[in-house]
Amino acid sequence: MPTFRITIMLKSGVLDAPGQAIERGLRALAYGVDRVRVGKIIELTVPESMRPKIGEMCERFLANPLIETWGIDEISPLEAATAAAPDGWEGVS
Amino acid sequence: MTWGVVIFPGSNCDRDCVHVVEAVLGQRVVEIWHEDRTLDGVDALILPGGFTYGDYLRSGAIAATAPVMGAIREFADRGGPVLGICNGFQILTEAHLLPGTLVRNAGLRFRCVRTWVRVESTATPFTAMLPAGAVLQMPIAHGDGGYLARPDEIAALEAAGRVVFRYSDPDGRVTPTANPNGSMAAIAGVANAAGNVVGLMPHPERASEALMGSVDGLRLFESAVAFLANRVPTAPIAAAASASVASVSVASVAGGAR
Repeated sequence: MPTFRITIMLKSGVLDAPGQAIERGLRALAYGVDRVRVGKIIELTVPESMRPKIGEMCERFLANPLIETWGIDEISPLEAATAAAPDGWEGVS
Repeated sequence: MTWGVVIFPGSNCDRDCVHVVEAVLGQRVVEIWHEDRTLDGVDALILPGGFTYGDYLRSGAIAATAPVMGAIREFADRGGPVLGICNGFQILTEAHLLPGTLVRNAGLRFRCVRTWVRVESTATPFTAMLPAGAVLQMPIAHGDGGYLARPDEIAALEAAGRVVFRYSDPDGRVTPTANPNGSMAAIAGVANAAGNVVGLMPHPERASEALMGSVDGLRLFESAVAFLANRVPTAPIAAAASASVASVSVASVAGGAR
């Protein structure tokens, strides 16, 4: 089954509060940064039949086209966020 | 008439709305659970505030996919009065029952303050009995309250008289400092094209008793009551609703809701 990584970003001009806060934090740590933007990453593993529907999922639900843009990348299952938590954390999530 | 208050996981002013409608207005009210697929013949609907589904994805986005939304959409399409308060407003925009969206407040702060709004349109059930230009004091409590729409959409809303409330000072002057969240055109509330669906960020249910410091919010609910009373003879929806009310037990509905 294919796995997709959806990257959702606010359009420029839309207030990115977390981005601004992180930018201030980095500056406070004396790092020179011009701009910080914060978005969302959503990974989806879907049946092959849903492959043509990924764009529609983004437009209808995962993103708000009025204020957000999105990118769709197919990734290998190995790339997906599968790093395990340390032993003993199982069952916490 | 019977009011419905729709309750989602994470709704948090639902009881306040029920209290105002029941105890202050003396109206019948039923609680409608987000998994319900019918509205039990209500005459008017409130989508209360809160942080439904933890505001995951975007405020209101998950709630807009709830099973009850089909019935709400049908009710709205038939002209039933729907009031979305705060998170309820966000849900209505995510469900595309209202235009635009609500983004993070300018200034990055969660704002929990008294605000004043000027009534810009009386062509809705919730403002029909208010004088145009009336200034209402109601509190806000939100992090994502900045109203945003495409500039051409804002212009179209203004031209069509669909901006219902605008943040103002207590004297009705729209000033930059009176706008608590950076909303475009200081918009605090809008209506759909037919005028029956209204969303606003301020909380009228928290300004409905003298004890709360303002009774201005009560005017919205009173207005809807008077509006429906006036149109009952000709409105098929009201007739259908009152016919089915008899078969609905308040206790069973409320029981099913929780």
